Formats: sequence, structure tokens, C-alpha cells
Amino acid sequence: MSGAVEIAGVGLHRFGRFDGTSVVDLGLVAVRAALADAGLRRGGFQAAYCGTVYSGVAAGHKVLTALGLTGVPIVNVEAGCASGAAALDLGVGAIRSGRYDCVLVFGMEKMPAGIIRSSFFEPWREEAGLAVTPAYFALRAQRLMRESGVTREMLADVSVKNHRNGVHNPDAMFRKEFSVEQVLSSALVCDPLTLFMMCSPNEGAAAVVLRRGGRGGVEIAASALRSHLPGSVLGEHTPLSGLIDDTAPPPTSLAARAAFEEAGLGPGDLDLCEVQDTDSARELNSYEELGLCGVGEAGPYYAAGHTQMGGALPVNASGGLLSKGEPLGASALGGIVELYRQLRGEAGARQVDGARVGLAHTVGRGANASVVILKR
Amino acid sequence: MSASRPVRDGLFRDCGDGTARLLGARCADCARYHFPRAEVCPYCSCDSCSAADLGPRGRLWLYTAVLRPPPGYRGVVPFGFGVVDLEEGVRIVARLTEGDPARLRSGQPMLLVVEHLHDDDGTRVETYAFAAAEEG
Repeated sequence: MSGAVEIAGVGLHRFGRFDGTSVVDLGLVAVRAALADAGLRRGGFQAAYCGTVYSGVAAGHKVLTALGLTGVPIVNVEAGCASGAAALDLGVGAIRSGRYDCVLVFGMEKMPAGIIRSSFFEPWREEAGLAVTPAYFALRAQRLMRESGVTREMLADVSVKNHRNGVHNPDAMFRKEFSVEQVLSSALVCDPLTLFMMCSPNEGAAAVVLRRGGRGGVEIAASALRSHLPGSVLGEHTPLSGLIDDTAPPPTSLAARAAFEEAGLGPGDLDLCEVQDTDSARELNSYEELGLCGVGEAGPYYAAGHTQMGGALPVNASGGLLSKGEPLGASALGGIVELYRQLRGEAGARQVDGARVGLAHTVGRGANASVVILKR
Repeated sequence: MSASRPVRDGLFRDCGDGTARLLGARCADCARYHFPRAEVCPYCSCDSCSAADLGPRGRLWLYTAVLRPPPGYRGVVPFGFGVVDLEEGVRIVARLTEGDPARLRSGQPMLLVVEHLHDDDGTRVETYAFAAAEEG
């Protein structure tokens, strides 16, 4: 198929906390693993795209400098939580356009613990107490409880589900099961969200080598990146105001529609999804925004068990960000690496049997949302 | 009496009667209101917006509370955080003076007020916030 793009290899530095290790060191591990997996240990890619948010000037260049693989164009990409997906989107587009045959895409991050202090917020918003991202998450959670049949127990159970899955992921930060009661009784962050319903910003790296398709590998069936439309007050662009009469579709829905159209597939064709679970409510929101269920149906859809392992459409078999943590530049590519392994039947104890089509979703600051569909 | 300053100029106006107004604008083309005030409409990109004060009355839509000081914040916790729908068709994300969500309910009338954040070298730093209002 003309314009087809496939994955030649993947690599990961596990997500967690690694004192004394620089972000470049993390990136090196992921990039070397991906190049080795693709049979390109000493180069052969024609461009590189690096997603990262907090790594400073030309961070991607430092990784490739250390490997002696410079000279090709190297582009560092920042798009909040979707940075890695934005880098991937550029790489896919570059191959589709015919400009390159093989590109390296990677993402890496090293973040402090706790609420992220983001230069996104003007100083006065911090001073006024309005730079409080978890509170925006909590408002979305409350809306789901009011309009989508979601309960506090369900919010807790999403975390239970993802941690249960994460036990089987050696690359995850938290590999421990929790009960609904433990999640509900963990520290209250912003009502109704408790600490164990939130993911941890952390450290890690992921890399993917893309090449022109047609060699029988796992194919990028679609890659779509979208920003928000004006109107909503609950989006990741965390505005100060919006419209009561808000009919603007969220960026995730825009990206999902574009991706399904590009792939010629629909939600019913998916075998598994990796979706943004920055907090439990974000995962449930994503079900509706991606079209896995109808608007207002996230609660009953979750309660029916579809997204559990063994269900019709397992979501976050990797353990999600709730288990892995969220190194911003790397997290979206972490989802791609997971799908690649799942579609190749290499996911071990968390394998989704017979997986052929998977969707990876990220949404974050900007707002930016990405939806990538992989198939074999 | 100590001096006071808004947390940022151009956000709100203290009416002196216990209420405040947000300094917003209305687009001449799409007729929608926005806040904070800008020359270009954030909904339709038209560049002929005119100043309009917003508030003080609205109804609470969503709410939570912030329990620990977020980055860069020097005021007291807990404080309320929520979304209030104004009569002008604008939805405002703002602080709420009520820090206990159990004492709030969706749809309740709210009033825009000036709230004391903290003192900066003897100067009172103020912002806008919504307080629960009497039914009516």
C-alpha cells in the first residue's frame, strides 16, 4: 500500500525514579534498544524527532550526539502530554510524504514529584490559586458522576483495574494491587479524586523506529493530532472562562474521528486501547470522547466490564499511567510500544489474546490530543 | 488603612458594595462574551470586541476544593474551586469562598465578590471569587 508506514523496532527505558541518571541517559537506553530492535544499531534513519517538555534546549540532539548519529535533521517537539505522539505524527507524515524512508522517534522526561509546576500558567494564576491542575481533573470527575452514571467506587475501580494490569508490566513504576477501599481511603486530593486515582509524574524514555511499510510489520494505520476548539471550560487547556452553550467537540474526539477515518476502521474493530489515565476520571472521559461508548454512558459501559482484561476491549493492559507513571515526553510513545508488543504477541502475562488492532490515545496541556491506530 | 492591589490589573472591578464585576468583552460579530478582556474574540477571531462588565450573579455548575497549596500560591487552604454560569452565557472557572464541597450544591445562586489572597509587604493582594448567595 502506498504511503504505508510500519514500525521497524521499539525501545523503552522503564518508567520510575532514577536518581543520578540524566534525562539524556534515559533517552540513550530507549534509543539504543529501538535501533537494535530495528537492526539499525549504527544508524540508517534519515531524521529524528524527540518529544520532551522539561529537558531544556536541544535535548534530543544530546542523545544522538552521544551515539555519533548526528548530521540528520533532529527536531525537538513539545506538545504537553502528547509530545511523544506529536513527534510520532511528524515522523509518520515525513515518510508518507515520500521525503524519508526511515525515521527515529523518541521521547524522554525527568520530572519532579507532586503537582507539576508548569510555565503554562502565568505567575498571577499561581498567586491566585488558579494554577491547580488536579482541581480541573476533579471538576471533570464530578461532571461524569452527574451526567454519565459514574460513581466514586467506579473511579476507584479504574485505578484498581489498571494497577492489577500493571503488576504484569516489568516497565511500570508501581506493580502492586490495591482494593477499592484502599483507593477510596487514600489521601483526598480534590474531591472526588483521591491520591491513588492520580498518576505520578516521573521519569522514563521510549523510542520507535518507523520505516516505509509493506514489509509485513506492525503498521501505523492512522496517526491524528488535534488541539482544542474554543468553548469548553473543562479541557486540558485549563481556561479561565468558556461558554455555557458549549457544543465544541473535545480534541480527543476530533483526533479519534480523523484517525478512524484515516484507518477505515471504527471502535468496533479495536482489540485493545491504551488511553490517557492521568486520573481515573480521565480514562472514563476518554471512553466517551473516543466513541468507545456513547456520551453519558461511561458509567454503565465501565460497569459492564468491557474494558477489563478478558473483556471485549481491554483498556490499559499495560497498567496505564496510573501504574507506569507519566514521564510527559515518553508517555505517549510508551503506549505505542505497548501496542506494538501486544500486536506481536510479546506482552507476556498481560497479553490480550489475538490482538490485531490497537488504539493509543493521549491528551494534555495545550490542549493537544493524539490518537494512533496500529494494526498487523 | 493598608493599601491593596489586584492580583493582576484588568481582571475585575471592586464595586464597593460587597460585589465585583469581571472585566470581559462582547464580540460585535458573534455576540458572545469572553473573559478576560481581549481585543480579538477567542471564539471567532473577530477583532472588534467591546468592553463589557460581567456578573455579579450566576449559578454554580461544578465544584471541588483545593486542600494543599498549589505551586506559587501563598494564601490559605482549603479554598473552593468551581465553575459558575453567568447570566451573560459565560462559564467562569474561579475560586469559591466556600472551601467545603459538602456545603455547596449544583445550581445554587452565586455572587461575585473580592477575596483577600495574602499580604505582600503590607499590601493586601486581592482576587475575584464566587460566594454563595441568598436564593432569589
